[in-house]
Amino acid sequence: MEKKELTCIGCPLGCSITVTLEQGEVTNVTGNTCKRGDIYARKEVTNPTRIVTSSVKVTGGTSAMVSVKTKEDIPKSKIFDCTAALKDVTVTAPVKIGDIILENAAGTGIPFIATKNVDAAG
Amino acid sequence: MNTYDLVIIGGGPAGLAAAASAKENGIEHILILERDKELGGILNQCIHNGFGLHTFKEELTGPEYASRFIKKVKNLQIPYKLNTMVMDVSPDKTVTAMNRTDGMFQIQAKAIILAMGCRERARGALNIPGYRPAGIFSAGTAQRLVNIEGYMPGKEVVILGSGDIGLIMARRMTLEGAKVKVVAELMPYSGGLKRNIVQCLNDFDIPLKLSHTVVDIEGKKRVEAVTIAEVGPDKKPIPGTEERYTCDTLLLSCGLIPENELSKNAGILLNPVTSGPVVSDNLETNIEGIFACGNVLHVHDVVDYVSEEAASAGKNAASYIKNGKKNSKKTVTIYPTDGVRYTVPSSIHPEEMADSLTVRFRVGDVYKNCTIATYFDNELISKKKRPVMAPGEMEEIRLEKDILNSYPHLSTITIKIEEA
Ligand SMILES: Cc1cc2nc3c(=O)[nH]c(=O)nc-3n(C[C@H](O)[C@H](O)[C@H](O)COP(=O)(O)OP(=O)(O)OC[C@H]3O[C@@H](n4cnc5c(N)ncnc54)[C@H](O)[C@@H]3O)c2cc1C
Ligand code: SF4
Repeated sequence: MEKKELTCIGCPLGCSITVTLEQGEVTNVTGNTCKRGDIYARKEVTNPTRIVTSSVKVTGGTSAMVSVKTKEDIPKSKIFDCTAALKDVTVTAPVKIGDIILENAAGTGIPFIATKNVDAAG
Repeated sequence: MNTYDLVIIGGGPAGLAAAASAKENGIEHILILERDKELGGILNQCIHNGFGLHTFKEELTGPEYASRFIKKVKNLQIPYKLNTMVMDVSPDKTVTAMNRTDGMFQIQAKAIILAMGCRERARGALNIPGYRPAGIFSAGTAQRLVNIEGYMPGKEVVILGSGDIGLIMARRMTLEGAKVKVVAELMPYSGGLKRNIVQCLNDFDIPLKLSHTVVDIEGKKRVEAVTIAEVGPDKKPIPGTEERYTCDTLLLSCGLIPENELSKNAGILLNPVTSGPVVSDNLETNIEGIFACGNVLHVHDVVDYVSEEAASAGKNAASYIKNGKKNSKKTVTIYPTDGVRYTVPSSIHPEEMADSLTVRFRVGDVYKNCTIATYFDNELISKKKRPVMAPGEMEEIRLEKDILNSYPHLSTITIKIEEA
């Protein structure tokens, strides 16, 4: 049996939730005040995911950098691999919101897309 | 002198939403003045996601949220001037501004909306005497350097203050390869949102030390180490609790304060608690025809509420331009007390108010299982139960016009925190 302590981020109350796991299966969730906390806690211990945001260099644009995000949630364990994958990426202006900046970030199958419009300089 | 119906100072989310709303309410001659090289305000550097949950029911990044409002302003063909700094606003609504193409120029406006946003509290954050080596940045400056200019301020970081920008930067710099060693917070609670503590600190095992402050900074040219210590209830460091962290960077995240130079010079009355203008229910300042919204009015933590408030300001300014000043016979004052630090607005004209009015405020401490009580003079009108309230999260209550007007002799509305 294994116990994990988490803070629910569902609302400002921030309940302290304890999840009990047996062989990787959730057997009990306590400490949550509402159903949302239960759903959050189960996902957070079995398959935690995050949106990763960062920025990459742009050449020939009105800004030096363009902000980006993973189009969907990626596994939490891949956060560092995803940002590392952007290290040597440079894009050329113009860039539009939603443009794919990097396909298949760190093997997650999810692309990084632009979150800002950068016009070509001139 | 050029004349406009409405001049909006600041092209951040507040200015953009105010402009769109004024236009949609029938005002044609609007001009937005923005000192930056692009519209969008501070959101351009807030590249993380979490914006727009209330308005768009999806999690957007700062630039994406801003772009939706920029698009709206462009579609409505509202003119704006970039790289244009407003220098002065006079009580008769003359705006003096400056840019490279027009030089110094003046505009006469029928109405003005102040939407200049806020800046970081920097001075006074560090209560230690002595020399300041390089490597000390405000969290917002670091955010701009990393996200807009692509420059990393340092490799080993200590953060003082647990405001949201500091938390966000702890994660950002960690992802960029820096080692964030500790976040020290003077208060016994964090000033940031819970979600940011979990996703920006806990995700990366960055320790948050509550009731701690910086007591020493070492380094001549560049920061070399920072010592923090626990503070007692009197906020004074407790000897023997010092911990030394080697680092090359110290970020200060000690809260935001409305940009209020222009307001002050125009003779606008400021609220000493918020440092923003005192406004009535239509968001008008003590100077007729000058309105305020967004972070210049009071610091918000959720941009959706900024847009909402700004849309009301735009609508109210439109009504003022079309119908002139309302001859309000009655004014009801809102009196914040017992844990409620201030309210926006701070007075109401019951006859002209909106059918339903949102009153926003902050509490002065962490309160658990309490209620927000509203009194009309001495009569208890409503109680709103709140499991938890904290200074870092804005609270609100709603006041209904028909209820207010069923109290013809009402003079003061008191809002306070009470035990449940
Ligand atoms: C450094 C920083 C980081 C932040 N990060 C977050 C965050 O991560 N998440 C969050 O929810 N909120 C964040 N905020 C709060 C955020 O400011 C608000 O959510 C929102 O952007 C407020 O909108 P606004 O239009 O009132 O102000 P702003 O976005 O600040 O816009 C004000 C605009 O007015 C312009 N201006 C000011 N003075 C003049 C002048 N004299 N002449 C012409 N133009 C002028 C400025 O250039 C700016 O573009 C942050 C604030 C700061 C200061
Ligand atoms: S469990 Fe429910 S009440 Fe508790 S923090 Fe999560 S969402 Fe809020």
